Amino acid sequence: MSDRAGTGESPLVLEHEDRPELRHHFADVVQQRNAASLGMWWFLGTEIMFFGGMFCGYLVYRRAYFPEFAAGSRSLSLVAGTVNTAVLICSSLTVALAVRASQLGKRKLLVSLLLATMFFGVCFLGIKGYEWHDEYEHHHAPTFYFNAQDLVHNNPNLHLDPQRTKIFFSLYFALTGVHALHMIVGIGIFSVITFMAWRGKFTPEYHTPIEIAGLYWHFVDIVWIYLFPLLYLIDRRPGA
Amino acid sequence: MATAAVTTERKNYLNAEYGIRSWLLTTDHKRIALLYLLSITFFFFVGGFFALLIRLELLTPAGDLMTADMYNKAFTMHGQIMVFFFLIPSIPAVLGNFLIPMMIGAKDLAFPRINLLSWYIYVAAGLLYLYCLATGGVDTGWTFYTPYSSLFSNTHVVEAGLAIFIVGFSSILTGLNFVVTVHRMRAPGMTWSRLPLFVWSHYATSIIMLLGTPIIAITLLLVVLERALNLGIFDPSRGGDPVLFQHLFWFYSHPAVYIMILPSMAVISEIVPCFSRKRVFGYTFVAASSIAIAAIGFLVWAHHMFVAGISLYSALVFSFLSFMVAIPSAVKVFNWTATMYKGSISFSTPMLYAFGFIGLFTIGGLTGLFLATLGVDVHVHDTYFVIAHFHYVMVGGAVMGYLGGIHFWWPKISGRMYPEAWGRLAAVIVFLGFNLTFFPQFIVGYLGMPRRYWQYPPEFQVYNVLSTAGASILAVGYLLPMVYLLWSLRYGKLAPDNPWQATGLEWKTTSPPPTFNFEETPVVTWEAYEYETMPMPDEVTLER
Repeated sequence: MSDRAGTGESPLVLEHEDRPELRHHFADVVQQRNAASLGMWWFLGTEIMFFGGMFCGYLVYRRAYFPEFAAGSRSLSLVAGTVNTAVLICSSLTVALAVRASQLGKRKLLVSLLLATMFFGVCFLGIKGYEWHDEYEHHHAPTFYFNAQDLVHNNPNLHLDPQRTKIFFSLYFALTGVHALHMIVGIGIFSVITFMAWRGKFTPEYHTPIEIAGLYWHFVDIVWIYLFPLLYLIDRRPGA
Repeated sequence: MATAAVTTERKNYLNAEYGIRSWLLTTDHKRIALLYLLSITFFFFVGGFFALLIRLELLTPAGDLMTADMYNKAFTMHGQIMVFFFLIPSIPAVLGNFLIPMMIGAKDLAFPRINLLSWYIYVAAGLLYLYCLATGGVDTGWTFYTPYSSLFSNTHVVEAGLAIFIVGFSSILTGLNFVVTVHRMRAPGMTWSRLPLFVWSHYATSIIMLLGTPIIAITLLLVVLERALNLGIFDPSRGGDPVLFQHLFWFYSHPAVYIMILPSMAVISEIVPCFSRKRVFGYTFVAASSIAIAAIGFLVWAHHMFVAGISLYSALVFSFLSFMVAIPSAVKVFNWTATMYKGSISFSTPMLYAFGFIGLFTIGGLTGLFLATLGVDVHVHDTYFVIAHFHYVMVGGAVMGYLGGIHFWWPKISGRMYPEAWGRLAAVIVFLGFNLTFFPQFIVGYLGMPRRYWQYPPEFQVYNVLSTAGASILAVGYLLPMVYLLWSLRYGKLAPDNPWQATGLEWKTTSPPPTFNFEETPVVTWEAYEYETMPMPDEVTLER
């Protein structure tokens, strides 16, 4: 692609003139799309490792302090967690449909699906925020005012070490907090994508940003799919 | 002179645009490489200043220059700056950034704007660290061991931890860019088996950056949260486990050693065939050994923790795996040596650094095996033996490779030749100064001098005086290239496109290259390192 050879223009024009979305250093759109998609996959690899550190800590302490982890887990709101899981699964569906709509070139459908995704994302954060607030009110947030005495009220025979319970809530807040941070970033990305879609930037030939933003969104969903059983369902078997 | 005049007027990446904006908003990988060069050189001298303080304090057995607290800060900030702000970005972000697109025949890295973003992240983290430094610094040791860092230290741990958390993302983005570029941006005909070994090594480095750095990011974030919110995850008095911190820390920080040494090996793999005029011996094995070092390097971290209370059986396994990682490292050393065998070797500046690298890395690597041996490690753990070992790898290895690479590609980067005689002199001074600094530390460490103390028994003084003398010589060796490389920018002879008659696509374009590297995308029809087809370099060029 000697695209500028001999045109006499400034060598620093950064785009191909006929294809504004094709950046100067790629030979064609296929190469550009493959690069972007591979980049996102590798980035998700780093994200797995990022969460992996905390999952590793979770594994170690859950094995060491199981009664405290089980009691902490039972105190979380099962309803809120389940609803949030459903909300996120819905948002994954709308993302998948949005990618499909962009491939078919249906602009209005694309914009509404992207808006729906962001709506589900905001719902998730709202419910999560409500849960955090509730736990903060009960002094379950791992601050200087942490107090988990209420966890033994129903069962006076249960002896819980408050420090170990605090480690459960530390990991709970760290994991869900970092996950929520990823949701907020995702909603930010989707606002930009939605704006671009509304302006008609995407065509059936060019919709890479939707695909790679979708990959990111699915990843954040999958993290929650692991967080939900690990945090909420430790000791919820029927009859427990 | 007529041709020279034409050469200077030719458009290249340096004179394509002028002004501060054209540099700060550039997406050209070559300009970003120079931005990195300036910023890491700055941090190299800041880190070097703390090294100077340490060596001056240790000149006498008594703690007379600094208080113990100040000494703790000096070695902590020396370590953190040198590791996170110099060594890890050094060769990848400067030489890798500059060369990888050219070596594979691409116009730029896959994500030029992300490349610029990574530099801004580096600068932001650097400024935060400088703020931490200016407001009183940090004294945890570069390792941030808990519970000291999370509970007891009353220095600026949060700022330092956040700075290193942030700078990690710069490293992740650089690695991401390299991996995608190597996969997707190769010119027609540039198959994996034709890639220069420089690219192979950087590919392996990038994988470590991508998979290791997030772990230290989350670990330091947890330490910061632990301090700020009083969490207790790593605090034994509250049920936390400080050994878990050490596991998570070394899971990144041992592979980080390979982030530092693999790019240096990348440089040596280019220099040795060029100045031996021979095809590299065992290309496939050298390429595969880079990947093997990256892979096995992830499985050896707990050899830093043999005395931290891990079980004997896991210690045995990690000891064994640490011996395993010596195999691919040795493959490289043997193959470089075999490449030189019966080659027509010239003792040019880059080659002198390569010789230095091979010798010093061999010592550093083999003493690493002493430390991977369980019994010996108990004896020399936390002594100057360890200090000498990792400085042989990181300074004798990584920095020698970095300087060799800077000299080797200086004609390409700047379009000027450096003064060869001064270059050789500096290389010899660095080699001698380095050995005088660190060899005595092996002895004094074996005799039992612990690291991280500002006082020591008088019988160790002679070794410390030798070491401080060596450090002064080493400082001269580092300042010399600063001076004559800057001098050469104005007064150096104009560099031809391929002064060393080296193979590799970066030498097939002009010096300095145009903004998009090649007038036309090259088509590769030859193997890497076909030195038998290349003419000998012009001796006059080399002698200058």
